[in-house]
Amino acid sequence: MKKLEEKIFKVLMIGSTLLIISILLFILYVILNKGLPSLSWEMISQIPSGGFYLGKEGGILNAIMGSLYLIFFSVIISLCISVPVVMYLNFTLRRKSKLAAIARLTFDVLFGIPSIVYGAFGFTLMIYFGLQASLLGGIIAISLLIIPVMIRSIDEVAILIPNELVEATKSLGATNYETIKVITRQLLPGISTAVLLSIGRGIGDAATVLFTAGYTDSIPSSLLQPTASLPLAIFFQLSSPIEEVQNRAYAAALVLTIIILILSFSARYFSRRLSKNII
Amino acid sequence: MLKGRLRKDKIARHYMLTVTILAMFVLLLIGGGLLFKSWPIIQEKGLWSLLSTSNWRPFKGDFGFASYIISTLYVTGIAIVIALPLSLLTSIYIVEYASPKIQRAFSSGVDLLSGIPPVIYGVWGTLTIVPFISEKLAPNFVEFSTGYSVLAGGIVLAIMIIPLIISILMEVFGAVPKEMREASMSLGATKWQTVKKVVVRKSIPGIVAAVVLAISRAFGETIAVLMVCGNFTDLPKSIFDACYPIPALIANNYGEMMSVPKYESALMFAAFLLFFIIVVFNVISRIVLIQIDKRYQL
Repeated sequence: MKKLEEKIFKVLMIGSTLLIISILLFILYVILNKGLPSLSWEMISQIPSGGFYLGKEGGILNAIMGSLYLIFFSVIISLCISVPVVMYLNFTLRRKSKLAAIARLTFDVLFGIPSIVYGAFGFTLMIYFGLQASLLGGIIAISLLIIPVMIRSIDEVAILIPNELVEATKSLGATNYETIKVITRQLLPGISTAVLLSIGRGIGDAATVLFTAGYTDSIPSSLLQPTASLPLAIFFQLSSPIEEVQNRAYAAALVLTIIILILSFSARYFSRRLSKNII
Repeated sequence: MLKGRLRKDKIARHYMLTVTILAMFVLLLIGGGLLFKSWPIIQEKGLWSLLSTSNWRPFKGDFGFASYIISTLYVTGIAIVIALPLSLLTSIYIVEYASPKIQRAFSSGVDLLSGIPPVIYGVWGTLTIVPFISEKLAPNFVEFSTGYSVLAGGIVLAIMIIPLIISILMEVFGAVPKEMREASMSLGATKWQTVKKVVVRKSIPGIVAAVVLAISRAFGETIAVLMVCGNFTDLPKSIFDACYPIPALIANNYGEMMSVPKYESALMFAAFLLFFIIVVFNVISRIVLIQIDKRYQL
């Protein structure tokens, strides 16, 4: 009897594990299968002509460039905020500080807030400042979305840094700021993993940019112009009745998936590679 | 020399404090901003009537959120019912039974699954789940279904929250001390009994946390659900009917809402509602977890 129950559950457990893995493979297969036939050099090197919704010619360069602009600036802004926050929580405040506990709770909550709320909030901010849907608006909304991702992810590594290291630096007469510079080196793998994670989160999110960045056929040349993005390229073009346009959506889906795959693998590689600096 | 170093230290300290406070302030700012924007509609209709009526005719001034709220609960419920058992079984297997090699390979897989953007899940759902429901599954139960349904939304959402639940559960199970397992085994318990009576029981707070976090993630998920749910404003009668969750409502109506001020206020109220529920869920679960954590540490 004891053995039978274990056997049944073991079968169930292995079954569900295999199911989850095969769903992953199935998703990748479907995206690859639909996207590969439409993916060509023209597709990724041209902007759509005759309107993204109805025009049959052209590709998705507008969305690729738009997404790269959006994520590049958002990551820079988020790094300038997340790294100091983590340093302050871990190495300036005392370990059992009330402020640090409240701050961590706040960032956990911010992490859980859905992207549509960031989008809606970003949009109200933009109306308040009189901005139209633009690259700038998209950057603000995506930064809001990924700052908590980054803070939590760096904090997870920072918390593991031994107190002795901090004390050793300080006992040599280093100021708090100098201590932090030393520790940053220890945190490098954590920071780069956090960056890759945030890129993945930010580049694929449609709901934040839906309100704030708008959509356009061209590549933006200033911060105040609207911009296309990969997730919205998929979302809008998939609903088109024209097959050529739908194919652009599938190609965009494949490009986005490939980007996510590369990010995922390089995160693994970096965290192994850079951890050699860690004491 | 020392003066310069101290000045740098002071500047850095001030900068870090300012940035930390500002980043925390974002939470209040979002809540305050959304509440401010939704205040006109709350004042006009009253909170209770907004939440409990299901008349939605924005151009006549009727704003009842009940059917959107029920749709959201419905889809989330299905997602949790599918995702929780699968995630529990899988993470127990991976942590307790699988070899380290499989463990490593599997966690890469889960990381990848959690990294896939919502819109990709949406594309996959429309290409596979939706036709499957309308052609294979639904004809057995109802006369007609387009496939864009509560069930499709639930399935896609389930797959999206599975990696989240699994990654938390794997950490939670892994954190149960080895000594406890050994103590149980040395008393003659089988591996499965140990898992059931020691590992899982010890991990209940963690499991609750995982579920609560998964629920709040599912509540707010927009694009993937929007793409497979059908977006039809009516109470769904069965899981094969279309539904219209709150995030989809916000996302779909953004273009129109500019022209009618009350409409904008109503949509901001919807965003505030999501925000409020998710913040309350997160805060309560975190505080409960911290309390339990303290108790275990004694």
